[in-house]
Amino acid sequence: MKQFQYVRPANQQSVLAAIAQPGTKIIAGGSNLVDLMKHGVMAPDKLVDINKLPLRNISGISNGLHIGALALNSQVAEDQQVKTKFPLLSQALNAGASAQLRNMATVGGNMMQRTRCPYFYDTAMPCNKRAPGTGCGAKEGFNRMHAIFGFSDKCIAVHPSDMCVALAALDATVLIQGKKGVRKLKFTDFHRLPGVTPELDNNLAKDELITGLEIPNNNFAQHSYYLKVRDRASYAFALISVAAALDIHNGIIKDARLAMGGVAHKPWRLTAAEQLLKGKPATVANFEQAAQVAMQGAKAFKDNAFKLKMAPASITEALTHAAGLA
Amino acid sequence: MKQQELLNIPPFTEGIDRVDGRLKVTGAAKYAAEFEVPGMTYAVFANSTITKGTIKTIDIKAAEKAPGVLAVFTYLNAPKVPGYETGGDPSKPPSGGGPLKLFVDNTVKYNGQPVAMVIADSFERATYAASLVKAEYNKEAHQTDTSKVLDKAATPKGSRFADYKRGTPDDWQSAPVKLETEYVVPIDVHNPMELSAIIAHWTADDKLTVYDKTQGVKSTQNAIAQAFKLPPDNVQVTAKFVGGAFGNALRTWPHEIAAVMAAKQVKRPVKLVLTREMQFYTVGYRPYTWQKINVGATADGKLTSIVHEARAQTSSFEEFTEGTVNMTRFMYACPNVGTIYKITPVDVNTPTWMRGPGEATGAFALESAIDELADKLNMDPIELRIRNHADIDPQNGKPFSTKYLKEAYQMGADKIGWQNRKNKPRSVQENGWLIGYGMGSGVFGAGRGRATVKATMQSDGTLLLQTAVTDIGVGTGTAMTQIASEVFTGIPVSKIKFELGDSSLPPSPTQGGSMITSTVGGAVHDACIALKEKFQQLIGNGGTDKPDYAQVLKDKNLPQLDVTITSSGSSEMRNFSSYSYSVHFVQVKVHPKTGVVRVNKVVSVADSGHIVSPKTARSQVIGGAIGGIGMALMEEGVIDHRFGRYVNADLAGYHVPVHADIPQIEALFVNKPDYKVNPMGAKGMGEIALIGMSAAVANAVYNATGKRIRELPITPDKLLG
Ligand SMILES: Cc1cc2nc3c(=O)[nH]c(=O)nc-3n(C[C@H](O)[C@H](O)[C@H](O)COP(=O)(O)OP(=O)(O)OC[C@H]3O[C@@H](n4cnc5c(N)ncnc54)[C@H](O)[C@@H]3O)c2cc1C
Repeated sequence: MKQFQYVRPANQQSVLAAIAQPGTKIIAGGSNLVDLMKHGVMAPDKLVDINKLPLRNISGISNGLHIGALALNSQVAEDQQVKTKFPLLSQALNAGASAQLRNMATVGGNMMQRTRCPYFYDTAMPCNKRAPGTGCGAKEGFNRMHAIFGFSDKCIAVHPSDMCVALAALDATVLIQGKKGVRKLKFTDFHRLPGVTPELDNNLAKDELITGLEIPNNNFAQHSYYLKVRDRASYAFALISVAAALDIHNGIIKDARLAMGGVAHKPWRLTAAEQLLKGKPATVANFEQAAQVAMQGAKAFKDNAFKLKMAPASITEALTHAAGLA
Repeated sequence: MKQQELLNIPPFTEGIDRVDGRLKVTGAAKYAAEFEVPGMTYAVFANSTITKGTIKTIDIKAAEKAPGVLAVFTYLNAPKVPGYETGGDPSKPPSGGGPLKLFVDNTVKYNGQPVAMVIADSFERATYAASLVKAEYNKEAHQTDTSKVLDKAATPKGSRFADYKRGTPDDWQSAPVKLETEYVVPIDVHNPMELSAIIAHWTADDKLTVYDKTQGVKSTQNAIAQAFKLPPDNVQVTAKFVGGAFGNALRTWPHEIAAVMAAKQVKRPVKLVLTREMQFYTVGYRPYTWQKINVGATADGKLTSIVHEARAQTSSFEEFTEGTVNMTRFMYACPNVGTIYKITPVDVNTPTWMRGPGEATGAFALESAIDELADKLNMDPIELRIRNHADIDPQNGKPFSTKYLKEAYQMGADKIGWQNRKNKPRSVQENGWLIGYGMGSGVFGAGRGRATVKATMQSDGTLLLQTAVTDIGVGTGTAMTQIASEVFTGIPVSKIKFELGDSSLPPSPTQGGSMITSTVGGAVHDACIALKEKFQQLIGNGGTDKPDYAQVLKDKNLPQLDVTITSSGSSEMRNFSSYSYSVHFVQVKVHPKTGVVRVNKVVSVADSGHIVSPKTARSQVIGGAIGGIGMALMEEGVIDHRFGRYVNADLAGYHVPVHADIPQIEALFVNKPDYKVNPMGAKGMGEIALIGMSAAVANAVYNATGKRIRELPITPDKLLG
């Protein structure tokens, strides 16, 4: 690992000043960044530790819940308000990583975590995301874990987060502090598709800080389910994950939220399927139909064709559980 | 009389606690890398990023100038290892060729091969400096994909690997019922918790002390002594605790020799700990093996012929071989059997033995094939096995020293509830999951080698036992203490001390091949008997059988009394075939839509003679079952053959089971002694705990789904395909 400097500013202003400098990088829980530094994938000159900032709180706001960027993954998952109002988020968090990692990982860090594509991690192999212009190692290589939606010629990596899939479904908003002030971004607009600039994971500028999230109140708490399909029972990234939330009245779906993980460079919100479900009876047949709609445009590579079967099956399965029909 | 003594042990005593348990859970047990020597320096490698070719240029200037760096070695400047020059092999390969010698020339034989070694005053500084080494290569075309060169496979040197033929095996083609199938076991990587580590410390020009992660302190001692042309006694090797190894510390690897070389050159102790990534590239793995099994049988399920062929990978510079097809020759009573074993070189590091070496791979194929045959015959797979039970060894007509395989089938079937299994696959569904049962058996040779043990009664009545064996985590110290306590009834376990892991102690073999309880245990037993007899002589006639040893020593004015005994198996063993057997039973559930497999229940039965140490034996069985579940459902070292590099060289990408994958595992023991093998009647069980398990899981998955997966691991994608 390259030698680096380390600072731990006491306030937000100093953090913002520090991250405006080239070569600096924010560190929160460090569970992703330190790994990448050890692999030589990221080599900042200076780490700006933000753990002194008062961004750990989870608090009710008029129309929902505010979660600080430094709230730990384990803390959010166990929070009483989260569990009652947004059980989907709690389930998604608990499906991720391990207990030890969740005790270190923060909400901001989780959003900013980088892909687990092996070509991104191994500096001896090509990767346009790590080293633009070197080519995509995965496209003609080992691509079992890779995207079936929204990929580009330059990059077929997926975003590995579970938490983000739930947040995309829950219409969360990201709170971002820049030098000029605060801006809000829809969660679904936070992460990017790779396009011709796969080196950019999201729309956060280098000199900006995530301070927190807001999740609006909803009527999905009764009927939501996070399904994670993986190669082992715990401590594995998703082959496919589905966040499903339904608002059901007298057997009729009033509203629906659906998002998928493990399929794209960002959490993949399934709005067409949501639209299809609205006003329909909550039946397995309708869920299957929604799953078919959700899969339109999917395209597989050499090793991940199974996702074309597993994804719709998982959508149906998650919706069935959410509706209480399993 | 000796046997009588042990027969008195109640068959299912609880057994003693792990003698080193407290040290381990408190962190007081010291592993190789945890020793501190004043003036320590740290070695880190820069590794090749190409798979095959030569080093064109290698620039170490920046690395040499980096803070804290003492030396950077490459093939251009590394001092010669004296044994290398005369061709002396530091560690002999199993069959042909020779181990890689690091830093002797500019050739690159596999990706991840060390091309430079940095020595610095801290691990972090060495790591950084190693990243500054810049090599340019002349690349040559490489091949790492074994499946592409199976046709180039050849029979290894040595008669042990010649084709085997009994009767007319090709008859399977005209049998009333026949089966023709292929199976693949991928690269499996050992991944013990403890990384490969060595501390090399030259205490004089011709003397050194080594703390090593090794399964054999004596073999490491000999390898280093040969490489540096020293008398073995000048090389002191210590390995008090080993944090798992599963075979990957059976050899002395080239990087260990390099560390010793570097320590000599920088005149300071050198500590070298491999990274997890390097564990994948440079310390062996279970080789990719393609297998073909052809079986012929009668309509009522009598096996008439079996042909079992295996083709496995090796490296371009060494022949690695293992007994993949051997069990097929004797597992079932079948008149016509042929086995063929071939290896094919690819541009990778040499494979090495991994728990259940050869047989674990072979048993996946054979025990899957037997299940497939049972399915074809619409017969219960246990019934099919019983119909073909080998009462004598069909290879040589010898009787088995003991064999309780039928009892083991029964015990396991009763425990798992085999009667609930439906012969027709995909016929049980519970809560949306498909349920299936499967079983598979394993076998491994049970022998006894030579070991020397010194037994000393100390003045305070403490019994000290010493030998240079290692304990790779299996509980050797505990088992030996238990054996001694059963010979010396009356001496409490707390007053028995078993000292191991030190090359200056009397010689013992390397820990491997499920031989240690039998071999070292036999020697411990014999040494204890001899010491007891020595006391009897001292006391004279009329003395008690359980004297107060401390008092006797005091009365006779002796500081202590000791014996050193070398013992090995009796020649009587040659008249028998001796094996340990296991039978694994598994219940799985498979999600019909997502293809997810979860193991619900495991019962593993071991027929491995008298169980001398019930607690550690149980742990062995549980560990083996978990390893087998990993092999069946998730383990696979994946190489991108375009680059010759692993794409999952860490524990996030290479999956082994986690707690959530593992249900309650029942370990059952037939627990009937086999006194032909050793005086305790004990046979090995480390290997059989894993062998056959992957087939049991695959068979259960078939029973649940009707899908036969013949290429491990059985991941959800394969079940959806
Ligand atoms: C073995 C392993 C398995 C895992 N499995 C899963 C899994 O199954 N599912 C899953 O979802 N995740 C998984 N993870 C990833 C884990 O969730 C992330 O490592 C974690 O969420 C990162 O949070 P952190 O606080 O440690 O981030 P850090 O490592 O500290 O930072 C990560 C990135 O975020 C940036 N950053 C952090 N906070 C802010 C902020 N407030 N504003 C702007 N930028 C910021 C940093 O600059 C850095 O680039 C796994 C990780 C490991 C190591």
